Amino acid sequence: MNIAVLSGKGGTGKTTVSTNLSLALNANYVDCDVEEPNGFLFLKPNIDNVYEVEEEYPVINKEKCVGCGMCVKVCNFNALAKVKDDILVFDKLCHSCGACQYVCKFGAIEYKKRVIGRIESGSAFGINIKQGILNKGEPMAVPVIKKMLSSINRNELNVIDCPPGTSCNVVNSLKYSDFAVLVTEPSNFGLHDLKLAIELVKMFNIPFGVVINKDNGEENIIKKYCINNNIRILGTIPFNKKTAELYSKGEILYFDRDHKNIFDELVNNIREVLPWS
Amino acid sequence: MKIVISAKGQDINDLMDVRFGRCRYFQIHNLETGEFKVLENAGQKSGGGAGIAAAQQIIDEGVDVVITGSLGPNAFDLINKAGIKAYKCDEISIKEVIEKFKNGELQEINIAGPSHHGM
Ligand code: SF4
Ligand code: SF4
Repeated sequence: MNIAVLSGKGGTGKTTVSTNLSLALNANYVDCDVEEPNGFLFLKPNIDNVYEVEEEYPVINKEKCVGCGMCVKVCNFNALAKVKDDILVFDKLCHSCGACQYVCKFGAIEYKKRVIGRIESGSAFGINIKQGILNKGEPMAVPVIKKMLSSINRNELNVIDCPPGTSCNVVNSLKYSDFAVLVTEPSNFGLHDLKLAIELVKMFNIPFGVVINKDNGEENIIKKYCINNNIRILGTIPFNKKTAELYSKGEILYFDRDHKNIFDELVNNIREVLPWS
Repeated sequence: MKIVISAKGQDINDLMDVRFGRCRYFQIHNLETGEFKVLENAGQKSGGGAGIAAAQQIIDEGVDVVITGSLGPNAFDLINKAGIKAYKCDEISIKEVIEKFKNGELQEINIAGPSHHGM
């Protein structure tokens, strides 16, 4: 069972919700925000396994290449270019599709592997923790996300900390999800991003609910929107001095007496929609 | 001499586009014969690597000079390797761009600008 935690572009508390929810559920925490994973900063796990994510890219054998340019024509990702009789490879843009080797009649293309990121796993507070890291300067996060998600056991309970926004990175994370928690905050930006996230989740036809971060307990545009549109509010996280203090110290809200019940309630509300044994 | 200019429109009075990989059109002007041709930029539709697609397209046209706002690292690399000279200009009409180029008023682009990853 995979529970995806999503949010809009900026930091709206996605990591706070996913890390604390993992603890409250006693679930595995999986950080798919591979461009900026930060769940480990809070959970501070012992890392006991690291493995590298590799991607293939073509290497042109200059002796065999006749400069026909077929490989350049077939590449859909602009990873190859032809200048004079030379073929240039832009390995960072290569999607390892294999088309260039397939069309080369001269056997001039071989593939090599290069490392684009890594996956670290470990444990903290009795839960298993995984994070994917995309190396700096690498433009494609999807292979790392796919590797991460295909390595988790869907029979277990997993909380997936998704990349921010609604990019293809999020889409790839959602493909593997059974439930979505949309984190937002009571502002116009928050509502705007929430609407985008809802559209996305609806495409996947999975049940979802909303968590309002920085909530002062009063009426706000998010609550109004959710009620008018029949959208489930799963919980609210207050915005007060204590919360801010714990947060700034990098402490875990779930271990604080005044905050624990927020996440326990969140779990109960999710359970109502998504029963599991 | 064949020069290519990244453009917002298909007419010589239209404005230059300072973006290279994501401009709408390329206007190719042959300064000797006065011939003039417009291409739709192959880069603007591509997901990633727009600069590479755009550069490949103008390399295949056999131009001698490109005039645009700036070039990303990949496009810069390709254009350099192809022996095409690149010049920088602002968003003014293509007609004025050509005038300025003829008068030697444009600066050469010697370094790549920041990359844009449009994924
Ligand atoms: S298809 Fe093969 S022979 Fe033709 S340019 Fe590409 S690598 Fe060279
Ligand atoms: S493997 Fe596919 S994406 Fe990579 S260079 Fe070859 S054709 Fe392009």
